[in-house]
Amino acid sequence: MAGLGGRFSTVIKAKISRMLDRAEDPAETLEYGYQQQVELLQNVKKGIADVTTSKKRIQMQSQKLEQQVVKLDTQARQALSQGREDLARTALERKTAVQTELQSLDQQVQELERQQAQLTENEQKLRQKIDAFRTKKEVIKAQYSAADAQVRISEAATGVGEQMADLGLAIQRAEEKTEAMRARASAVEELEAAGTFDDVTQIGPGQDDIDRQLHELTAGSQVDSELERMKAELGTGAGGGDSPSLDPGGKDADADAPALEPGRPGEGGR
Amino acid sequence: MIVRISGEDQFRLPDADAERLNELDNRAVAAAEAGDEAGFRELWLHMIELVERDGERLPDDELVHSDVILPPRDISFAEAVGEFTGEGVIPD
Repeated sequence: MAGLGGRFSTVIKAKISRMLDRAEDPAETLEYGYQQQVELLQNVKKGIADVTTSKKRIQMQSQKLEQQVVKLDTQARQALSQGREDLARTALERKTAVQTELQSLDQQVQELERQQAQLTENEQKLRQKIDAFRTKKEVIKAQYSAADAQVRISEAATGVGEQMADLGLAIQRAEEKTEAMRARASAVEELEAAGTFDDVTQIGPGQDDIDRQLHELTAGSQVDSELERMKAELGTGAGGGDSPSLDPGGKDADADAPALEPGRPGEGGR
Repeated sequence: MIVRISGEDQFRLPDADAERLNELDNRAVAAAEAGDEAGFRELWLHMIELVERDGERLPDDELVHSDVILPPRDISFAEAVGEFTGEGVIPD
């Protein structure tokens, strides 16, 4: 196969042949390789546990953050009605960062946990194959001439080697994902610790770095559209001046809603 | 023909499936190269389904090497693209 499978097969086959090339005794090599994989897998599990802990910590803060979200939303509205679009944007960026980060962390941790379960299953599978190999080797030795036996044993070793190489690749993949997740989780924690999600009126000098990070996290689009929506809602009150009546609720507000209740996001806010 | 789904199991497939699998494979590669994520996803799903439907799962004590090794089921589009353009799904 020239495509997807071909390339992938090649990677694994190269790994196996490298491993078995060095082997004087394939059984011993496989045993040793297995121990190495188990150790690597422990690292992955520890990494995932770390990320899960971070996630839980963030989740515990999330109730606080949810309140913060409402507050930031209110502040964005207030800022806009005072003509401070810059401040409103910052508030919305912070709000968006909290929401999207929590959501994406959740999904990714779930995925990692699923991956961990699968890795554990694969480790057991490999263990069974090595056991089977050990038995088979003795049977082959008893049944065949030395030269024949060597060929057959080496074939069987390749089968086990493939399983091992595959587990190795899966471990590596999980490790990379865990690393990326860890970076994300600690980025959110850093932002939290720096008071980034606190009162927007506390924005002062020296927060350039935080704001840059926020900007990267939120990547504009959602913030832009929300800002536009908010502007449209506030439009008559803030900009025009020709209309004496404040109508902050906009089109989505219930008719009987009190005129001024800026703390309520008009739509979709959580 | 023995096919492995990376991260999972090995399957024994009728040799007749090789052609079909190869065709899907080539189309999946073309989709990935063209940046067609939806197309790639669909083809990829077909490949996995074909292996699971026609294949007989090998027991853990069977020690054979695979003729074909498919990438993990949950391969991302970015990983798939990297397969062909970059240093591969998993750099060595």
